[in-house]
Amino acid sequence: MNDTSGLGDDLQLLTLDVNGTSHEVITAPRRTLVDVLRHDLRLTGTHVGCEHGICGACTVLVDGLPVRACLMFAAQAEGARIATVESLADAGSKADSGSDSRSDSGELNDLQRAFTENHGLQCGFCTPGFLMLAEGFLAERPEATKEEIREVVAANLCRCTGYQTIVEAIDACATARRAQRAACSEETP
Amino acid sequence: MNSTKDDRLVGRSVPRREDPRLLTGRGRFVDDIELPGMLHAQFVRSTVAHGVITAVDLTDVCRVPGVVAVFTASDLEMGDITAQLGRPLSEFVPTAMPVLARDRVRYVGEPIAVVVARDPYTAEDGLEAAKVTYEALPPITGEEQALAAGAALVHDEAAHNTLVDVSLFATEGIDDVFDNAPCVVHVETRTGRQNALPLETRGAVAHWDDREEQLVLHTCTQVPHQVRTVASRCLRLDERAVRVIVPDMGGGFGLKCAVGREEIATAAAARRLGRPVKWIEDRKDALSASFLAREQHYTARAAFDADGRILGLDADVVCDMGAYSCYPFTAGIEPLMASAEMPGVYKVPAYRVRGRAITTNKAPTAPYRGVSRPQYVMVAERLMERAARELGLDPLEIRRRNVITEFPYTGVNGITYDPGSYLESLNLCEQALKEAGWYERQAAARAEGRHIGIGYSCFSERTGYGSAAFAARKMEVVPGFDFSEVRMDTSGAVTVTTGTMSHGQSHETTMAQIVADALGVDLAKVKLHQGDTDRITYGWGSFASRSIVVGGSAVGLAAAKLGDKLRAIAAAEWGISPEGTALDQGRVRRLDDPDTTLTYAHLADTAYLKAHLLPKDIEPGLTATAVFDVFNDGTFSNATHGVVVELHQGTGQVEILAYVCVEDCGVAINPQVVEGQCRGGIAQGIAGALFEQVTYDDQGEPSATSFMDYKVPTAHEIPDVSIHHLETPCAFTETGAKGAGEGGTIGAPAAVLNAVNDALRPTGVELDNTPITPETVHRALTPAAPVPPAPALEQTP
Repeated sequence: MNDTSGLGDDLQLLTLDVNGTSHEVITAPRRTLVDVLRHDLRLTGTHVGCEHGICGACTVLVDGLPVRACLMFAAQAEGARIATVESLADAGSKADSGSDSRSDSGELNDLQRAFTENHGLQCGFCTPGFLMLAEGFLAERPEATKEEIREVVAANLCRCTGYQTIVEAIDACATARRAQRAACSEETP
Repeated sequence: MNSTKDDRLVGRSVPRREDPRLLTGRGRFVDDIELPGMLHAQFVRSTVAHGVITAVDLTDVCRVPGVVAVFTASDLEMGDITAQLGRPLSEFVPTAMPVLARDRVRYVGEPIAVVVARDPYTAEDGLEAAKVTYEALPPITGEEQALAAGAALVHDEAAHNTLVDVSLFATEGIDDVFDNAPCVVHVETRTGRQNALPLETRGAVAHWDDREEQLVLHTCTQVPHQVRTVASRCLRLDERAVRVIVPDMGGGFGLKCAVGREEIATAAAARRLGRPVKWIEDRKDALSASFLAREQHYTARAAFDADGRILGLDADVVCDMGAYSCYPFTAGIEPLMASAEMPGVYKVPAYRVRGRAITTNKAPTAPYRGVSRPQYVMVAERLMERAARELGLDPLEIRRRNVITEFPYTGVNGITYDPGSYLESLNLCEQALKEAGWYERQAAARAEGRHIGIGYSCFSERTGYGSAAFAARKMEVVPGFDFSEVRMDTSGAVTVTTGTMSHGQSHETTMAQIVADALGVDLAKVKLHQGDTDRITYGWGSFASRSIVVGGSAVGLAAAKLGDKLRAIAAAEWGISPEGTALDQGRVRRLDDPDTTLTYAHLADTAYLKAHLLPKDIEPGLTATAVFDVFNDGTFSNATHGVVVELHQGTGQVEILAYVCVEDCGVAINPQVVEGQCRGGIAQGIAGALFEQVTYDDQGEPSATSFMDYKVPTAHEIPDVSIHHLETPCAFTETGAKGAGEGGTIGAPAAVLNAVNDALRPTGVELDNTPITPETVHRALTPAAPVPPAPALEQTP
């Protein structure tokens, strides 16, 4: 029984900026970003599907860009802005985000609403990865066509939906955002 | 008596109640469960396909800092998992699957020891320090090798490596039918070994609860009660002393309806250590060492008359089941399914079939979405196509002449099919592709030398398997019925239980739709409990597209009973007979005086808090339970799939240009959910037709152990699917629904294969095996090129 021995070896103190909150984590250098997010910070919305960067279930945003959190050590994310699926819903009670007590996290954002309206999820395991992939992509390419969206969606694996409704959900969200921007720019010339 | 027709929720695509938590990261999957003091398990697995274990040296494992314990089979002393069929030894040979291998290993990846450590990284360090030595035995890596004379035996008790050998049907005089038929066509098909591949791998978190004197096992399974049975028997505990809890589940597709060895070993380790233990399967293990599926070999022939009417079907089915028979379904699941159902939607007058399950040194197989039906539908549809060519008939016309059109129809397989829309679906599917102009486009493309093909598959799938249907297969563990309890609390809110287990099929929404309609309450008033053996009296879980058919009927029946109780309490208060009342949107109404009503909240208040007001014959409280079983041959959903493909000359790639699915699952509880099931199923069917294959080398070493080697199709490869619904309601389910989970997977491979063959028509090549690889297509498209002359050797000075 030596389950506490070895803990002292090689540990490092990291400061991670996740969903706008700064977290201090003591961790081993070999720990991946997704494991630190899930198990140290208890942000379990980000999932692990393959641990070798293909399925995309662990996709989070690092400085705004979609990244496979299973292919990155947590230490590499120090100093960057990390966003997980828990950041998307318009926080009803922002103070609670990222903490263990999961109070009502407020309203779904427009992308999340588009997913539910288009039946873009079934088991929901791959969903956080697709949401973060889409958030990052639409921020970069708000004018994306449906074909471009399909191209990007092909980065992640889903085993339930056949992808069609995921593409439709993201396209619906992009279209609505464009319409909203157009309406805003008309109002404020 | 139900609420008024107009506002019924059944039949409407109401938004899913599961979605908000899953979209915000608040779902809870097995790996999200964290318990104080929790340890982490990983398995030492066999590195050889077949061998006798001569030594297991774990001393170095224990020296790895952070490793807490390591257990072998002899340390944990667990009972074996043995799946049984009630058939004579000539038809079925039972074989034990030890939870951890004892003296012999039968596939690469077989668990030998469990390492428990303070974190999963350390547990993996421990694995690397394990030393197992083997005396190698000749590996059996394929069905032909297994059946060869003098082959090594995977299980000593199973001669010829045969676990199941059944000849369920042999119509008298069938040889004469074939001898005298004007047209006899043959087909031989092989389908690749596949992985059902839920995105969430398998996993378990177990701990011993001293207060409840209970082992609590959180695991992602489609069959919680059956896992409880196995865990209690292996660990020698009363069933009551095991609680299986299934949180959110990231897909299952059949793989998670066989009881795995690792979750039982995790439970045993937790019991022994008195601490919570978590095991999460990594993707490498999921691809190589978890249950696989599908590897089958069919040799079949069909006899036709000159008009294209089928006269007889004769088939030999061989299934490579891998190293062990899975619990509870056994290695019989595939050959028995194929044997019983192969005549499918066609009027086959004479039928003979032999079905075998062969054991090999590969990871064991479990049911996977469709279970043999993708394969035998492929065989039947190839035979139809081949006969059509031989007789000069249109491929759809020959199907029209053979599909069952009058119901109820009892087939040569003794199964009575309930009404379906076989002919209508065929016609509608063809019409959809015609109207979209695909036949003209194909003709134009062919003129340009492009290879475009159109293919169909027409099938039914039995979905309402009750106890009778499973008993007919002589399963020793007979699934079939389901149980539900509906209760209303003092606030008028409703809780319903189901013994089925959603792994993405939206039960929380669809079951609630059924209950809300039966009671006339808002959807928001209904909460579903599933996947907890302490909360749910009993259940058979989710497989065989049974959840809505059987579980949904039980839920509907229980809700109707609760409605009767509400009416009885109201009637008692009014001093009238319950027949004089009706449920109406959260109230009971007097039929003779429609303005007089009592709210459910009022009646619930009476039932619980003022029980002294109830007449003696009405028990306090508002609960009702129901059990539903299917006593006849079951429900039969049906569909026709139509697909257009283009083959690319240079690469051999098969591109899907269009996909139409006409499906009939009776009453669709939630059409959006049904469409989701269709599209997801079709994607998995296309995956089997074109992409996915688990391969082994001649030593039994798996060669597709990551997503780099095992090609799961993405949004690039899976087309948009246009879905048309037909509705032939089922007469004996509570809602008129038939099952909808598997159809997509069943129909897609045959349709894709037929389309590829249609595209290959000018070449004269026909393909019958899946996956259809680019290499095969390229070879078919490229006429044998002359062998280039050997280059002249460069003269060196």
